[in-house]
Amino acid sequence: MSYFDVPKLTGSLWKVWFRNKDVFMKTIIVNFIPSFAQPLLYLFAFGFGVGNSINVMEGVSYIRFIAPALIAFGIMDASFFECTFGSYVRMYYQKTFDAIIATPLSIEEVIAGELLWGATKSVINSIIMLPIFAIFGIIDFPSSLLIIPFSFLAGLLFAAIGMCFTAIVPSIDSLNYPTFLFITPMFLFSGTFFSLSLMPDFIRYFALAVLPLTHVVIIIRSLTLSQPNPLMLFSFAWIFLATLLFFVLSINLMKKKLIV
Amino acid sequence: MIEADGLEKRYGEFIAVDNISFVVNEGEVFGFLGPNGAGKTTAMKMIQCVSPKNKGKLEVFGMDVSTDQRKIKRLLGVVPQESNLDPDFSVYQNLLVYSRYFDIPQKKAENIIDELLDFVMLKEKKDTLITLLSGGMRRRLLLARALVNNPRLLVLDEPTVGLDPQARHLIWEKIKKLQSLGNTIVLTTHYLEEAERLCDRLVIMDNGKILVEGKPSELIREYIGTEIVEADNNPAVLDCLNKTSSKFEVVGDTIQVYTDDPQAVMNALLKECDFGKVIVRRATLEDVFLKFTGRKLRD
Repeated sequence: MSYFDVPKLTGSLWKVWFRNKDVFMKTIIVNFIPSFAQPLLYLFAFGFGVGNSINVMEGVSYIRFIAPALIAFGIMDASFFECTFGSYVRMYYQKTFDAIIATPLSIEEVIAGELLWGATKSVINSIIMLPIFAIFGIIDFPSSLLIIPFSFLAGLLFAAIGMCFTAIVPSIDSLNYPTFLFITPMFLFSGTFFSLSLMPDFIRYFALAVLPLTHVVIIIRSLTLSQPNPLMLFSFAWIFLATLLFFVLSINLMKKKLIV
Repeated sequence: MIEADGLEKRYGEFIAVDNISFVVNEGEVFGFLGPNGAGKTTAMKMIQCVSPKNKGKLEVFGMDVSTDQRKIKRLLGVVPQESNLDPDFSVYQNLLVYSRYFDIPQKKAENIIDELLDFVMLKEKKDTLITLLSGGMRRRLLLARALVNNPRLLVLDEPTVGLDPQARHLIWEKIKKLQSLGNTIVLTTHYLEEAERLCDRLVIMDNGKILVEGKPSELIREYIGTEIVEADNNPAVLDCLNKTSSKFEVVGDTIQVYTDDPQAVMNALLKECDFGKVIVRRATLEDVFLKFTGRKLRD
């Protein structure tokens, strides 16, 4: 068994997606609050706080500069946490995966279903966030509507990366490491709150080479400002290939962990 | 129904199931007994197609567990050792979501679920969350869940562990009922009384190997005898028993004499020996079990 075996999947994987959707719908009100509140808090803190001392960043007002970064962060946050802490609880504490693989579904389909659900959480998050930013008039339409389909791909990327961590950590507490060492640096150094061009070269290249959020921000910023970034296609290709890679890798890692 | 030949499972250096062979026939209740770590659960997991075998043959419904997992699992009902009911859902939703995994259309599923909730007597708890159910109710729900797809074979891994006597008897009754309806059932258990009551045939495993196989009553007769005479362990009794041809064993401060004719043993002890107290009791599967697996404590 290698780390890059192509998983055998059937449409049954959507049953796992439906299971998670059903749980989500039971607590839908509670689920909406963080999606709503988080970007608003950041918007007030950075937009009106910091934004009053910084007038322009990369040629646009500071609040318009950070709006796409907050959307990108919301997309990452939703799927990454769904497929780390969320999946870990279902796998280890609730034994939900064990229960499902006793039915005709395979472990590959269970994990694929989890990943697609993680991506769906990102889409839900972007659908909740867009109207908030629209009300403030800091994102352009109709180009920003493309964020919704794009958030599925970006969400799937972070879901798959998260699932890899879920497969390799020894305990749920260890999931704090990827949060500190991966999510937090990305939150700060992916061209989010200040332009990458202000950074020393090595940080800029590092961000472009290995920080997925950098590419997500590039694309979303192009959409919210309706100004295509020259790197946009490169970023899209980067995200697409990385998603494919981590999707396959995460399924194989989980298979190795659970099928012994 | 199940056929295993030279089946083996390793975890690194450790051999969990070591070259076992057995056949489970249609319509019977077949038991796997053994101390902790004997390899029972591992054997169950291979039958359920969730743990791949390393060596040997294992066929369920005449299909290979390594290639036909999906087909086998479609016809299988599983009650796991540890509850893995979905705590995010109510009793009813647990069964409904589970029926989806078997492609059962919702309308049909609703009818099946109503019947099953009746069968396990959980109708009133339909809308209760799993966390609010007692241990016995959870087990019954697990049993109902295992029946959602109308399986041909039921795999029960310690179905009554941790239950009170009432709940245990109810599960036994349901297992008997299922057998009478034509189900084939494979179960593991630590409770030898349970195995003696339920199993048509069983194997006793230890250290990954099958030590003995047979019908409970025959195993008892063959290896122990129908009765056991227990006497105090003192040198005089030992001396006396050594002179006769009785089969006996010293267990702590008692001596157990295995016999089909307790009266004769009693008479011999009364006549010839200076004994303390003597008890005659029926031999049980537990005696067979301890004879084969020893009295050493397992972890």
